[in-house]
Amino acid sequence: MERTIRVLVAKPGLDGHDRGAKVIARALRDAGMEVIYTGLQQTPQMIVEAALQEDVDVIGLSILSGAHMTLLPKISRLLRDQQMDDVLVVAGGIISDEDAITLKGEHGIAAVFGPGSNTNDIVGFIRTNAGIARDS
Amino acid sequence: MYIPDLLPRLLGGDRRALARAISLAEQGGPASRALLAAVYPHTGQAHVVGITGPPGAGKSTLVNALALEWRRRDRTVGIVAVDPTSPFSGGAVLGDRIRMQPLGGDPGVFIRSMASRGRLGGLSRATADAVALIDAAGFQVVIIETVGAGQGEVDIARTAQTTIVVEVPGMGDDVQSIKAGVLEIADLFVVNKADREGADKTVRQLRSMQRLGAPPADGWEPPVLPAVATSGQGITEIVESAGQHAVHLRAGGGADARARATAEGELRAAVQELAIERLRGPAWDALVAQIAARQNNPYSAAEELLRGL
Repeated sequence: MERTIRVLVAKPGLDGHDRGAKVIARALRDAGMEVIYTGLQQTPQMIVEAALQEDVDVIGLSILSGAHMTLLPKISRLLRDQQMDDVLVVAGGIISDEDAITLKGEHGIAAVFGPGSNTNDIVGFIRTNAGIARDS
Repeated sequence: MYIPDLLPRLLGGDRRALARAISLAEQGGPASRALLAAVYPHTGQAHVVGITGPPGAGKSTLVNALALEWRRRDRTVGIVAVDPTSPFSGGAVLGDRIRMQPLGGDPGVFIRSMASRGRLGGLSRATADAVALIDAAGFQVVIIETVGAGQGEVDIARTAQTTIVVEVPGMGDDVQSIKAGVLEIADLFVVNKADREGADKTVRQLRSMQRLGAPPADGWEPPVLPAVATSGQGITEIVESAGQHAVHLRAGGGADARARATAEGELRAAVQELAIERLRGPAWDALVAQIAARQNNPYSAAEELLRGL
């Protein structure tokens, strides 16, 4: 039976710019996914707890403050602690290529989508990769 | 998570098991029905409170304020917040959690967002199942927030024990308030944003609408309570009034009638789901094609399918 993909879109940290997050939420909705949008200034604990309660397949994190090397690894660590490693985590925002490589290689972030990314690519990536770990 | 493990973990209050169980219920199918059948004897403990009203009336903010007040009274609170599914893409943006951030991090609170998934009436097919699962997991109050509802979305009254209808000032003349529908299902009226102009008038209109009719058969006169959910004004009165309504129901003022209506709704939904699941197949598809081509009609086709059951 085909399950509807559920995605938590969250903004960790202190920056107050959520236009990008809203564009993504809208694109995922139009692709037939259920998007839970939690609003601004979420702590890693709040994000992981919301992901747990909502039983999402994917967490999309938008971060523009520059604190991604602190906050994103922390979220991955909390997910591991909760045995929620099967949740696909993708990030977007202002993240340098170098940092993106570290986040993907060492901190469990599946993909990083910077400014100018095509929403179709993001939808495609999520469709291909969501729920694989969960259903196996 | 292996499904037989879900039940004991759920009954023990494990939040992850509860979250998974709700997903299973949303998906439907035999495994979901088996789980819900096993959970059913453990339900019926929670006070189920429904919140409905037009979009933008402040339902999410009110739910947040009510949940905080119940937590101050040491009651654990589960919340099911329903938002509409797009009729075009099947997707949804569920934004009720934005207004509930103050509840984050409290282990005595569990919030689940649900998409209506094509169901009209303000709830989704699996909303009652989600409520049952949260109830079985031990939460003492379960709040259901419907999609923004106008006039006809009255499903909530069959699922909740206490239904709160939220209105705001300036939503139309007093004839609106004697129309059939949402206003008839209220056990409590809340006039939110009561710091705005016209709030007194809205309160007066709702009260005088009630006086136009005969006194309620079950002896419960729905109070009309002004509130400002963003500042917490009027919230203790609502929580107390909801508590009094629960006591009133238990004292025989209609609890049996409610329970019967809820039970009938649940049975109807289960029969519908099971029947459609069993009837779907090549014959179903053939009849759909015939109806689309106007060679058959839905009524004769339904008769034909049910004869084969």
